Amino acid sequence: MSQGQYLAAAYLVVFVVVLAYVLIIATKLVRLQRDVAAIAELVAEREPPAELRAEPESPRPQVTLG
Amino acid sequence: MWSRNNVVTALAALAAALVGVAIALIFFWIPDDADQGISQKIFYFHVPIALTAYACFGWGALKAFLHLWRRPSGADLESYVAIHQGVIFGILTLVTGSIWARASWGVWWAWSSTQLVLFLVLFLFYSAYFMLRFSVEPGPARANLCAVYALFGVVLIPISFLAIRLANDFIHPTVFTSEGPQMEGSMFFAFCVAWAAMLALAAALYHVELAGKRLDTTLRELRERLA
Repeated sequence: MSQGQYLAAAYLVVFVVVLAYVLIIATKLVRLQRDVAAIAELVAEREPPAELRAEPESPRPQVTLG
Repeated sequence: MWSRNNVVTALAALAAALVGVAIALIFFWIPDDADQGISQKIFYFHVPIALTAYACFGWGALKAFLHLWRRPSGADLESYVAIHQGVIFGILTLVTGSIWARASWGVWWAWSSTQLVLFLVLFLFYSAYFMLRFSVEPGPARANLCAVYALFGVVLIPISFLAIRLANDFIHPTVFTSEGPQMEGSMFFAFCVAWAAMLALAAALYHVELAGKRLDTTLRELRERLA
């Protein structure tokens, strides 16, 4: 191998390792997104339907005059 | 959260810009070394990467010390992530150094070089940190054990750095002596830019990994509460 090829190999190694690290982090981010989606689903299952959530109106106090 | 994201973005942009400038300086501005020729240009990434690995191990040890002293929340995780970064930069140091050794000395490794062997010892010591961490159940006991281990390892950093000066190692070159850097001004400038680039890259990766780990922990806690 020539000196230039050794130089290229050294710089390529740095590039490849950093790229591999970024890919690993990207994979982890995909997993985290999946986890967030799963938790959002769990929260949605626990929440009561919208019609049940609406609080019934409290009766107005009757005021008698006279 | 907003400011944390901004820090990561700024560090990543700074790292990208500095790496670009460093590569331009190394390949288009500074002259080839009179003795080693073009292969000497490995120096401009190899040495900054090694110094960044030391910095990461040092940062990890500092966080470990803080964990043992004041016990701030998250210091254990920060120490772990810093040591992880140090090991990654350590791998890069060993591989780029090995390639440079082959180009300059004709061998991939020289056991007679104290600097090389001590760096390998430091690297293996911190690699064993992960074996310790993942063999103990998560909790305060694990955090304390890991912090003590990370603190012990930091002693190896000055020894590894000074080994070449203490042992009269003639194989591994000494560039930084008590009389200053033994290189031209332009070479030293390119070296400083490359070092700043590596530090910025390490800082950006450290914050990204830390954010990921914190998010992971929060999500796990949320899932446990919902289960």
